[in-house]
Amino acid sequence: MKKILGSEALIKSLLEEGVDTIFGYPGGAIMPIYDSLYSYQDKINHILTRHEQGAIHAAQGYSRVSGKVGVCFATSGPGATNLITGIADAQIDSTPLVCITGQVPSQLLGTDAFQESDVIGISMPVTKWNYQITSSDEIGEIISKAFYIARSGRPGPVLIDITKDAQFSEVDFNYKKCERIRSYHPYPIINDKKIKKASKLINKAKKPLILVGQGVLLSNAENELIKFSEITGIPLASTLLGLSAVSCDHKNYVGYLGMHGNYGPNVKTNEADLIIAIGMRFDDRVTGDTSKYAVNAKIIHIEIDPSEIDKIIKTDVAINADAKEALIGLNKIVQKNSHEEWINEFRECDKLEFDKIINKEINGFYDKLSMAEVIHKISEFTQGKSIIVTDVGQHQMVASRYYKFTEPNSNITSGGLGTMGFALPAAMGSKIGNPNREVIAVIGDGGIQMTIQELATISQYSIGVKILILNNNFLGMVRQWQELFFDNRYSFTEMKNPNFNKITDGYRIKNKKLEKREDLDKVIKEFIEFDGPYLLNVIVEKEENVFPMVPSGESVSNIRLE
Amino acid sequence: MKKKGLYQLKKSDNKIKEYTLSVLTEDKAGLLNHITIIFNRRKMNINSLNVSTTEVKGVSRFTIVVESSKEKIIKIVNHINKLIDVLAAFLYEEDEIYYQEIALYKLSTKIFLKGDLVEKIIIRKYGAKILKIEKDHIIIQKTGTKVGTQKLYDELKKFGEILEFARSGRVALSKKKRKTINFIKKLEKTKSNKLNI
Repeated sequence: MKKILGSEALIKSLLEEGVDTIFGYPGGAIMPIYDSLYSYQDKINHILTRHEQGAIHAAQGYSRVSGKVGVCFATSGPGATNLITGIADAQIDSTPLVCITGQVPSQLLGTDAFQESDVIGISMPVTKWNYQITSSDEIGEIISKAFYIARSGRPGPVLIDITKDAQFSEVDFNYKKCERIRSYHPYPIINDKKIKKASKLINKAKKPLILVGQGVLLSNAENELIKFSEITGIPLASTLLGLSAVSCDHKNYVGYLGMHGNYGPNVKTNEADLIIAIGMRFDDRVTGDTSKYAVNAKIIHIEIDPSEIDKIIKTDVAINADAKEALIGLNKIVQKNSHEEWINEFRECDKLEFDKIINKEINGFYDKLSMAEVIHKISEFTQGKSIIVTDVGQHQMVASRYYKFTEPNSNITSGGLGTMGFALPAAMGSKIGNPNREVIAVIGDGGIQMTIQELATISQYSIGVKILILNNNFLGMVRQWQELFFDNRYSFTEMKNPNFNKITDGYRIKNKKLEKREDLDKVIKEFIEFDGPYLLNVIVEKEENVFPMVPSGESVSNIRLE
Repeated sequence: MKKKGLYQLKKSDNKIKEYTLSVLTEDKAGLLNHITIIFNRRKMNINSLNVSTTEVKGVSRFTIVVESSKEKIIKIVNHINKLIDVLAAFLYEEDEIYYQEIALYKLSTKIFLKGDLVEKIIIRKYGAKILKIEKDHIIIQKTGTKVGTQKLYDELKKFGEILEFARSGRVALSKKKRKTINFIKKLEKTKSNKLNI
């Protein structure tokens, strides 16, 4: 067999795993790999971002819309450490990634060599698995393990660090896909007794509520979930990351859970007599005070990761399984039922929320445009069919509340980690991962400035993302908390921003500024219909608050409407 | 109202007790760090830690002793079990295991001047033994529980200064009839490696 370089073996391994897109940034310690990549440009599309953080968030977006493993390259030292925020983000939001970092030659490890950092040590707490390759013989086996681990079970990021000498040395390449690791059991074997026990609780419940988490999307269980809800008649509420698993216009869908979620699903959590949580982890933004959470309910928790079970909320029946597999099992034995009166109670809550909040937000109550009316308009114009990529803050909560998703895998946001700067690069990854769908990045004026350099990537590759800045010249969410809980002391949250339109001109991307309500329809139409990247800088009400709100650490019953 | 959630636990789950974790892992570099950061993240101190080979080639055993509430330690065990290269983590209370620690005591050879102390205390009462006698110091070795080695320490101290003292981490085996190799063979065959739908 002809020997090849380790660096080429790496590229061939990626091809064996079906990789066709890589986001990355070259540098000294990864140069042999980039040199090998040069010969494979017909098979692999490499996107050169402008910062490694941009590369990893792009890989996250790519993965979240396509369901494939996102891949990114970075060099040693600062290249590798710049990936860490994205790795931590992918870990907490269960996104499958394989990150390849170059490393100084093995004989220099531990010598403080140029651009050496202990990326294995640094990334240990935030990766699903990591490994340092120091010999080219290991490349095939380790890459196949990396992909198997990243995508199976509860997905997550894997980091593979490859020393430069391993890239440069020759190897007999043969690739065998990893199918099993004896110490790793990603798919727990379902316990039929638990399914039966759960179905008994479901059949006799009077006020049951389903909590839809991202696990439903990750296991492609959307249809099984709808079937389950339609057989049992049980209402569906979604977590932030579960959004878009269920179409917002489904008759049993009752809204979005959590700190800035809808009124109904929050207050009704404490009236429910049964909670069926599917592929979610009872984040504190969902539960509020856990001792006052779901106080009248028995809990069924369907979860693939055993360490999530009983971690926050004690379960009555824990089904440790893949969401789809569990739902298929339940659908076979649950009784046909309906809970119309119970669902009507949610509709009453919706009316109250509409009168107190939504009506004012979307119908021009403020002098300036509100974030909600812009999102509402986009939602109407796109019929809820776009992919919405959000950053972190007020605009994120508003987009989650007012965009009415109708298709799965359409809500891409940094949930668990809350990473500002996520949306712009994640949106370009999303567009590359699913070029046929409209991708709209919704970003605040704070977050855009954390990764604004990626406008260059968008421009260079003509990535047709729509970028919506909801600009209030404030770090709005922090300002809202300062207003409500810190006695209006606006400590370092007001920003004197640059002219975003001039900056975007500099990147040769089409853009517009929108300030007047009467221009809203026309400009949104132009923004959506334009073929290619387009940045829209919308000047919104400066001191708008997002309501409803469950104050931090309080019970979900204490959700405030004003 | 039903008790539920992190802040309303059963009283017995909150009681601080000594627990022994026995963790079977693949023999891989870096795993020690991987395991200890899980304790660190939850601000839990490790009382003793021992890593050794097992009777199965390529498999290591970590024996970790901590004081914790049951609630807290179960979450840590679940997290350790999640590590890719961990084969299994078992949690034991004191009555579920056989365990020992070894202690070494360095004393001045002058201790022999105090009559039959050596024979009476060291050999008979504590089942310790003299490992080495040098011109100016002796080394005594005792195997037992922490309580036992500490008692000998306290007793020896009455007769003169202890020059140096060291105690090993705990080693433990469970009282269950289980063969490690059979357990691992079972892991190698389970169908939990792929989705079964």
